[in-house]
Amino acid sequence: MMRLLQEIRSRTVDLFAEVGRYALFTGRLLMETPRALTRPSLVITQVHNAGALSLVIIMLSGLFVGMVLGLQGFDLLERFGSEDSLGTAAALGLVKELGPVVTALLFAGRAGTALASELGLMRATDQLSAMEIMAVDPIRRVVMPRFLGGIIAMPLLAAIFSMIGIFGAQLIGVQMMGVDPGQFWSQMRGAVEHGDIMEGVIKSCVFGVACSAIAVYEGFHSLPTAEGVGRATTRTVVISSVVVLLLDYMLTAVML
Amino acid sequence: MTTPQRPGAANDSCIVRIRGLSYAAGGRALFDGVDLDVERGAVTAIMGPSGTGKTTLLRLITGQIRPDAGELLVDGQDVTRLDRSGLYALRRRMGMLFQNGALLSDFDVFENVAFPLREHTRLPDRLIRNIVLPKLQAVGLRGAAGMMPYELSGGMARRVALARAIVMDPELLIYDEPFVGLDPISLGVVLRLIRELNDALGISSIVVSHDVREIAAVADSAYLLSGGRVLASGKPSALTDSDLPEVTQFMRGLPDGPVPFHYPAPDYAQQLFGEAPP
Repeated sequence: MMRLLQEIRSRTVDLFAEVGRYALFTGRLLMETPRALTRPSLVITQVHNAGALSLVIIMLSGLFVGMVLGLQGFDLLERFGSEDSLGTAAALGLVKELGPVVTALLFAGRAGTALASELGLMRATDQLSAMEIMAVDPIRRVVMPRFLGGIIAMPLLAAIFSMIGIFGAQLIGVQMMGVDPGQFWSQMRGAVEHGDIMEGVIKSCVFGVACSAIAVYEGFHSLPTAEGVGRATTRTVVISSVVVLLLDYMLTAVML
Repeated sequence: MTTPQRPGAANDSCIVRIRGLSYAAGGRALFDGVDLDVERGAVTAIMGPSGTGKTTLLRLITGQIRPDAGELLVDGQDVTRLDRSGLYALRRRMGMLFQNGALLSDFDVFENVAFPLREHTRLPDRLIRNIVLPKLQAVGLRGAAGMMPYELSGGMARRVALARAIVMDPELLIYDEPFVGLDPISLGVVLRLIRELNDALGISSIVVSHDVREIAAVADSAYLLSGGRVLASGKPSALTDSDLPEVTQFMRGLPDGPVPFHYPAPDYAQQLFGEAPP
């Protein structure tokens, strides 16, 4: 029993220590942001890596999520005779919730793992140490552009996801199920407010900071071995997913 | 050729001066009161069996880790007391060759060598080109300027890393196990480069290695580390002729001696008959 309590205590202390390290690291990244923006070419390259290279998976996923939303939404709304509200339901669901959350989860799986493994490999092959010896701060030169690239890419990807998702819902609802297109679009325009869109934008920005910080933290601090890089990649996906869902609940509770 | 000295380092014939250095890692004392001098303009070898802490000593000299005790002066500056900016300013006057080259995998050979210049200066491309190409020419790889690191052999990667290490015209060049895994031709090339670059550029060099024969050919002086202390120091030939058992075993590559062939273990017969745990 005592051993169990000690184990729980030890794990709790470790957890808080890890959270503290994350907070300090993220704090340093945010402090370095103004300086990093003075080298925009490095950031733009990383926006391309994290954003443009994730476009296909984001667009495909958005399309299918939108189509499923169209099918399920139509089935549900038809029971109440309000299938004309499908556009509103799909748009609100995508813009406020599914767009930011699913984009963040996909981002963690595609761009997050790429970031973590890239940094982990740089650590394992002494590239980061070589930069230190060349008096080049690897946080400023390597980590910051990747962190900012992720933050900038996330809201853009979430917007594209939501847009394609609405198109998918329209494809199913209007083209297949026969919902009136005028009703679909006009009800959507009437019901979706500026605040709803801002809620999605805020969420995707917060998720962008969280996912990017987790990916670069795990990669930068990975053990310099093949196993260490693999573990950092796995931890990136697991921690990002849990944190995104946790943050989503907290943000929704605050903004509703 | 003499090397320009910092005002604080005037009259100091040593570019690196270590006194009473102690450092422990993982509960094990790697260094216990080590004294070591690296003469200006000379090639100094640091030798010792695997696991002695030779690479750790380089990390201490470059300020990547801090010692537990002792004084560590590089060009008159105490590395242990420097803050981050001071350390970076000092490192700009150092070059280091890593065991595996540590080339940046996203850049080709030219950009790898140009990297420190692009980070620390605002020189135009044409001038950077005029600095980088002679460095690549010096290591014999001007023709490989457009190749990516994954296209290079181990020896070529190390030569590119060497060109990168000298591109900022350092005063101190540090080599971490530069001969590991090289074929005889590449090894000969690296050996020649260590000596020639040291003399032509008027710099000081520290070479960490356990390849006794190779290092004896280029070093002006050598230190033999073992058990956390300096076992012997002097000219490589003097170390080779030493009659100290520890030094003799290392320099002649004897399998048994003060460093035993067998790791401490229970009695062999007892263990075979199951009277001692495996």
